[in-house]
Amino acid sequence: MLKIFSQYITYSLLKLKYGSHLADAVEFFIYDTIKIFLLLSFIIFAVSIIRSFFPPEKTKRILSHKKEFIGNILAALLGVVTPFCSCSAVPLFIGFVEAGIPLGVTFSFLISSPMVNEVAVVLLFGLFGWKVTAIYIGTGLLVAVFGGIIIGKLKLEKWVEEYVYTFHNGQGYEITKLTFKERLQYAKDSTADILKRIWLYILIAIGIGGFIHGYVPEDFLIHYAGKGNFFAVPIAVLIGVPLYSNAAGVIPIVYALMEKGLSMGTVLAFMMAVTALSLPEMIILRKVLKIPLLCVFAGIMTVTIIAVGYLFNAIL
Amino acid sequence: MEIKVLGPGCPNCHQMEELTKKAVKELGIDAKVDKVADIKEIMKYTMSTPALVVNGKLKHSGKPLPTLDKVKELIRAEV
Repeated sequence: MLKIFSQYITYSLLKLKYGSHLADAVEFFIYDTIKIFLLLSFIIFAVSIIRSFFPPEKTKRILSHKKEFIGNILAALLGVVTPFCSCSAVPLFIGFVEAGIPLGVTFSFLISSPMVNEVAVVLLFGLFGWKVTAIYIGTGLLVAVFGGIIIGKLKLEKWVEEYVYTFHNGQGYEITKLTFKERLQYAKDSTADILKRIWLYILIAIGIGGFIHGYVPEDFLIHYAGKGNFFAVPIAVLIGVPLYSNAAGVIPIVYALMEKGLSMGTVLAFMMAVTALSLPEMIILRKVLKIPLLCVFAGIMTVTIIAVGYLFNAIL
Repeated sequence: MEIKVLGPGCPNCHQMEELTKKAVKELGIDAKVDKVADIKEIMKYTMSTPALVVNGKLKHSGKPLPTLDKVKELIRAEV
């Protein structure tokens, strides 16, 4: 259906020459744009419904009774479904510490939250298929779980700012009970809100994809950064660490790199580095964490992500 | 009437502040809108910012931001 529609626009309305590069690019662009926006709206809506059941306060309660390991796994999973904006990182961190949630468990949450989210999932699914998506989600969660466990084992509580431990809110906050109608409304608002913020990036991603699809020959970059180059992964990760973007913003670059022949592991490691580690987030977290802990956090993440990159390149 | 917008200072929080000021103005009520960035003060009410507190009651927290009409409704409920 979609295919016929995009062909109709390309060849009948725009009257592009059949089989030409431009026509290929345009057809690809229209098809992918519609497909991805349909998928995005649907998945963000569904995730938002789930999300309405997990306000940060509830997540805090779930995690507060958990031991490490199980706690890390749960925290990584809850990181995906708890609505949370990076500007809430400080109150959230303090709230978690106050509730007695271990430091490592808190980190599992903070790592998975920006890295594994519905936008990343939809875009990966739409552009690369379900296999890549499943691998990204799986390893993203693994990175969050193990990153958190290592930070927990290192006993770094002394590098948390002292004032964080002075909060005692007692029983915590009330959780407002939502009716089903309110959940639907919440999901609708949140879908509109997210789409409004990311639509441009997505058009660019698809645009780049379409352009490269039609024009740039494949294995253009393979010579420099393909599977054969041992240093491709660490270089991609080190470039990705200082760069900051959300999942939607990084996808255009990721897509372009993929199409030009970079291997999957290198590209996914790059994407993880960009989304999971960012300077603005570090500056926000600096309010609650001392610099050595921030460095340990960045170091562990960098090493783990590089390892993931090699793993992908080996198995894909 | 006492209205507070809680947030450490991200774009969402600024937007929330603007929205609240606009709502107060359009409602024509006598209320001061305070922007609260102090983490201790924020933590008294919520873990999710941006948040709206009217007369000491938490009326909204987190994303997505409420619409202008919704903010008006939340404030009016406390008048």
